[in-house]
Amino acid sequence: MSARADSPPLGWRGWLTTDTPRSRAQARLGRAWAGWTGFRRNRLAVAGLLIVVALVVVAALAPLLAPYHPYAQDLGNRLQPPSAAHWLGTDAFGRDILSRLIFGARLTLMIVALVAATAPLAGLVIGTVAGYLGGWVDTVLMRITDIALAFPKLILALAFVAALGPGIENAVIAIAITSWPPYARIARAETLTVRRADFISAARLQGASSLRIILGHIMPLCVASLIVRTTLDMAGVILTAAGLGFLGLGAQPPLPEWGAMIASGRQYVLEQWWVAAMPGLAIFIVSLGFNLLGDGLRDVLDPKGD
Amino acid sequence: MRTLKRGLGLIVTVAVTLLGLLLVTFLIGRVVPIDPVLSALGDRASAESYEQMRRALGLDLPLWQQFARYVGDVLHGDLGVSVLTSRPVLEDVLRVFPATLELATVAVIIGAVLGVPAGVFAATHRGGWPDHAIRLLGLIGHSVPIFWLGLMALLLFYARLDWVPGPGRFDVFYEGLVEPVTGVASIDALLAGEPDVFWNTLHHLILPSAILGLYSVAYIARMTRGFMLDQLRQEYITTARVKGLSEARVVWRHALGNIAVPLITVIALSYAGLLEGSVLTETVFAWPGLGLYITNSLLSADMNAVLGGTLVVGAVFIALNLLSDLLYRLLDPRAR
Repeated sequence: MSARADSPPLGWRGWLTTDTPRSRAQARLGRAWAGWTGFRRNRLAVAGLLIVVALVVVAALAPLLAPYHPYAQDLGNRLQPPSAAHWLGTDAFGRDILSRLIFGARLTLMIVALVAATAPLAGLVIGTVAGYLGGWVDTVLMRITDIALAFPKLILALAFVAALGPGIENAVIAIAITSWPPYARIARAETLTVRRADFISAARLQGASSLRIILGHIMPLCVASLIVRTTLDMAGVILTAAGLGFLGLGAQPPLPEWGAMIASGRQYVLEQWWVAAMPGLAIFIVSLGFNLLGDGLRDVLDPKGD
Repeated sequence: MRTLKRGLGLIVTVAVTLLGLLLVTFLIGRVVPIDPVLSALGDRASAESYEQMRRALGLDLPLWQQFARYVGDVLHGDLGVSVLTSRPVLEDVLRVFPATLELATVAVIIGAVLGVPAGVFAATHRGGWPDHAIRLLGLIGHSVPIFWLGLMALLLFYARLDWVPGPGRFDVFYEGLVEPVTGVASIDALLAGEPDVFWNTLHHLILPSAILGLYSVAYIARMTRGFMLDQLRQEYITTARVKGLSEARVVWRHALGNIAVPLITVIALSYAGLLEGSVLTETVFAWPGLGLYITNSLLSADMNAVLGGTLVVGAVFIALNLLSDLLYRLLDPRAR
């Protein structure tokens, strides 16, 4: 009971910033708070976070936010410039571009989430296993990774989609297949720095299996740098997905995927510029958001970076 | 002896990487839901001729033998025949590749000319507003969809301002005027002694190569900044300043001179990236290079052409990676 006396009486902020956390949860929250205060100082990073949060909110509330149905055609009102009724104008079928962009946020978010859930995970497993086990496992896995790193990503993704057939699922698969190698490299590098640490030896001496050490002790330590890298990569993923959509290999019409929307506005670009311009702006803003967020996270989570 | 061993190691690495690339294109070719026998014979073929064709194409062999056969074909320069143009894919690729090379070369020159000074400037103003501005510009450059930027640039500079000509490599009335010798339009025009055509093709080159080049500016600037910061911390820089050399000489001669080697490797790497980035740029600007060839083949499901093009881009990509590695070892005595 006497221990309670030396905790500073500063309310929840004091509880978070104390030097002597009482529980693991308090220590973790305190660390998160310290990171957040650092992050908050970087205004550009906060702007990036707001953009990403806005993307999630817009995607979640799309039916409530969109003024029109994304597929509702109105051929009498085709290719109308931005106006009070249609803030961003209408496309070749008289569909409201703003509404289509709002529903398209769902597709963008889905692509980002699926790639972020698969490629870094595959890289994490390959990198930690290679780094921890070492020897021939390391040699083989890293040689494969190096080979995969040497391939041109976009072209291979194109070839994959061409083989699997166009569509949003295949585009996601193609992007994920071509983007795991950098994660494997990072995870391996992180693993090598902790592999010989005393706490790993201690765990091994207590009889922990390799699987347990990799899962319980090494993987959590790789997560921070992987999150940074993943966030920075998401901008590239959005651009690649949009590029595939633009070439007609990603989402198929009438899905309101942003890249495909640019492609459909391409033939009108010289006269009705907004049809192609608006979806491009949306792609630009969202991928800038991920880039700013990733850049800020790198400063907080990975101070070695610069 | 050590150099020889390293050289051998490098050759093995490249061979294994190329084999890996071949394996990937081979496997992609296998998963295509198009039956190669039916596409050769038509779907009315009898069971007998189907079986005959299957054997002729080697499809009855085990997979590894099929792969060995594929590798052999590629080594003999046989990438199959394009369904779209009904010419050998290799011939097609060699015909269109110079256009891509021309575009990417001008783009990488633009990238280096803008990126290196920007990176140096950011490093000498570390933490100040030029540093932040260049960092932000870099992030913006990495967030713009390049095909969209191309469309918007066409809208602004071609349709509205009329500063540059439209898509393509020449104006219509110059088309076919110059015999393609090297395949690089500007050089061909000079060889043919046609200054008008030369200027015309240069005008056509400006916008697509600037758009493509902008993409590498950010990367080159960021790497230059990092290298420069490392150098400016060194003691020889302090010595140079103490000796009373002007700041400009210290920065641009001493520091920049010392990062020339890593910088060249960075530029070689971004050159490889530009070859890939040209796929989307060429599509927007109707630039008749490898990128446009691959996308046109994609749209008509011409898998021989797609995989052949992929293979060539991949091989050039790997070669440039290797070249930058070699340059680094040759030019930097410490890396030997």
